[in-house]
Amino acid sequence: MRKYIINSIFLFAVIAIIVSCQNQETIDLQNYMSNGKDIYKSRCQNCHGENGEGLGELAPPLTDSVFLKTNKNRLACFIKNGANETLVIHGKEYKEKMPAFPELADIDVAQVMVYITNSFGNKQGFVPYTEVSKQLQNCK
Amino acid sequence: MNKIISYAAASLLFVSIFTACKQEKKLPFYGERHAEVVKDAAGVEKIDTVYQTIPNWAFLNQDSVLTTNKATDGKIYVADFFFTSCTTICPTMHRNLMTVYNDFKSNPDVMFVSHTIDFKYDKPSALKKYAKKLGVDGPKWQFLYGTKDSVYTLAEKNYLVAVGEDSTAKDGYIHQGYLVLIDKDRRIRGAYDGTKEDQVEQLKKDIPVLLAEYKK
Repeated sequence: MRKYIINSIFLFAVIAIIVSCQNQETIDLQNYMSNGKDIYKSRCQNCHGENGEGLGELAPPLTDSVFLKTNKNRLACFIKNGANETLVIHGKEYKEKMPAFPELADIDVAQVMVYITNSFGNKQGFVPYTEVSKQLQNCK
Repeated sequence: MNKIISYAAASLLFVSIFTACKQEKKLPFYGERHAEVVKDAAGVEKIDTVYQTIPNWAFLNQDSVLTTNKATDGKIYVADFFFTSCTTICPTMHRNLMTVYNDFKSNPDVMFVSHTIDFKYDKPSALKKYAKKLGVDGPKWQFLYGTKDSVYTLAEKNYLVAVGEDSTAKDGYIHQGYLVLIDKDRRIRGAYDGTKEDQVEQLKKDIPVLLAEYKK
C-alpha cells in the first residue's frame, strides 16, 4: 500500500512538471503574440495590412504558410534586414524592396515573427528568441 | 379640453421646428476667402464671398503625357501627396484611397490625383510601375510628376498640405497624409487623414453630398 502511494505521488509529480512546462511555453507564446502584435501594428501593418493581406503587387501577403515554412530560418533576417530579391508568394512574383528595421532588438524580431507565423491562418508554433538570435547571426 | 388643445399645439410646433431645420447638407469651404463686388445676370451689383481655388497646373502623368487642370476641370477630385519609395504612411493612405477609387470607379464626375514629392526618383516610369502594382489602370487616377518647386508650392499654398525634404526622416521626405476633396469650381471642400479609416469612410459619404450640390 505504501509503495503504491509513493509511486502515485511520483507519477503525479512527473505529470505536474510536464504540464507546467507546457504551460510555460503557452505563456511565452501568448506573451510573444501580444507584444508581436503591437510591433506588427507599428512597423508592418501599413504595407502588409491588418490581416496580412499585402498591398497589390507592392507588398506580398503574409498568408502563404508554405512559403513561411520553407523559409522559416530566413524570416528573422527578412524582418531585420529587409529583402531585396524576387520572392514567389502564392505563385506570384514580388520584386519590390522591403525596408530594413535595424532598430528592432532580437527579442522584438522573435516576437513579431512568432506573431506573423501564428496569425492570418498560419500555425507554426513558438520559437524562442535564443533561436532567433542564432538565425540573425547567420544572415547572409 | 383646453389642455388637449395646448398639447396638440405644442407638438405641432415641435414638429414644424424639426422639419424646418432639415435643409440640404452642404460641405464647408476651406482656405482663405474674401468679399468681392460682383454683377449678377441682371447687372445688379452685389457682394459675394470668393473662396480660395486651385490655380492652373501642368505636370507629366504616369504615361509621360503632359496633363493639365483641363483633366480635372468640371469634375470633383481627391488630391494627395506621396512618393513611391515611402514606407511609412503612403501605403496605408493608398490602401484606403483604393477603396474610395473602387467605390467611384464608374462615376465619370470623380477623379483622383496623386502628386509625388520625390522629384529625384519618381519619374513617370516609376509612377507607372507603382500604379500598376497598386492595381490602378487608366486615366481616372492620375499620378503626377513635377519639379520640386512647382509641386511643393502647390501643396503648401494651394492644397494646404505640408510637405518637405528631411534627411533625418527614414525615407528622406516628410509629408501630411491628407486626402483633399476639390469641387468642380476648384475650391477645397474637405481634408481627410488618409491613414485613418473612419475619416476615409467620411470622405466616401461626402463625395455624394458634394456631387448632389451640382445636381439641380
